[in-house]
Amino acid sequence: MSAEIHYIDQPHPLTGVTNNKLAMWCFLASEVMLFGGLFSAYILLRSGNANWPHGSELLNIPLATVNTMILITSSVTMVMAWASLMMHKFNRFRGYLFVTILLACCFLVVKGFEYAHKFEHHIGPSTNNFYGIYFTLTGLHGLHIIGGIAVLTYFLVTSKGHYEKNPTLLAGRIEAVGLYWHFVDLVWIFLFPALYLL
Amino acid sequence: MDPKHTDEMLKHIKVYIFVFISLAVLTLLTVTASHLQLSHTMHIVVAMAIATLKATLVGLFFMHLIHEKKMIYGLLFFTGIAFLVLIFVTFFTDMNMLRSTLFH
Repeated sequence: MSAEIHYIDQPHPLTGVTNNKLAMWCFLASEVMLFGGLFSAYILLRSGNANWPHGSELLNIPLATVNTMILITSSVTMVMAWASLMMHKFNRFRGYLFVTILLACCFLVVKGFEYAHKFEHHIGPSTNNFYGIYFTLTGLHGLHIIGGIAVLTYFLVTSKGHYEKNPTLLAGRIEAVGLYWHFVDLVWIFLFPALYLL
Repeated sequence: MDPKHTDEMLKHIKVYIFVFISLAVLTLLTVTASHLQLSHTMHIVVAMAIATLKATLVGLFFMHLIHEKKMIYGLLFFTGIAFLVLIFVTFFTDMNMLRSTLFH
């Protein structure tokens, strides 16, 4: 029995898309459910408590705004990496991929400062329901950033070989990673106002 | 490489840069709006409207949903319904019972 996966570099005749793109969208659909459930929990906790604190009084908005900008920029460099690959500009692709990883690390460092500041003041997930949901949502999001960094680094290191072997397949895989990365950005777009600004 | 294809990609790149600037401006706008004297409900409406607009830009252009196949739209349609159920189910909760369960 062959272990080869079909239709990974050309669209499947039935779906019109490559199998890896369809698989990534299925995964993202399950991610929507994961974060959706937590958002739902957040709404319940918040509307059930008349004394829910205002995020801006407890959290650092300028730092979070900088982090939002960092993540948006990383989304652009990600899509530029894919576009460069589509134009067969391999070195430029690697450059953009590298910058994306760098920005993702910056995001984590800033987030680390925010967490450290809270821990210094003995504030943790068990302090109250606000911090409970804050650490759960931002922590899960942070784990997604770490996962993204791991996959992007894998492609930064191995892409030369993949590119020489099958550039179309690599472009498809980078597009799929890009979808994941933009999704992580998209989650933050909702987390930022929900936790910090409202 | 087909020069026509490169031309098309260059057009895409222009759009990506425009989307990037829009996202940055909308981020600053949402922070500014949070300082305005508005009712709590209006704050939620404004912040979520801006976030939805930003998410739409990312989805349509960065995730290429503006020109995607029917299969993906179908998948996202059902995901969207399930997501809305998850969010709206919270509106039908008996708040008094919730309060007494969670906080007493």
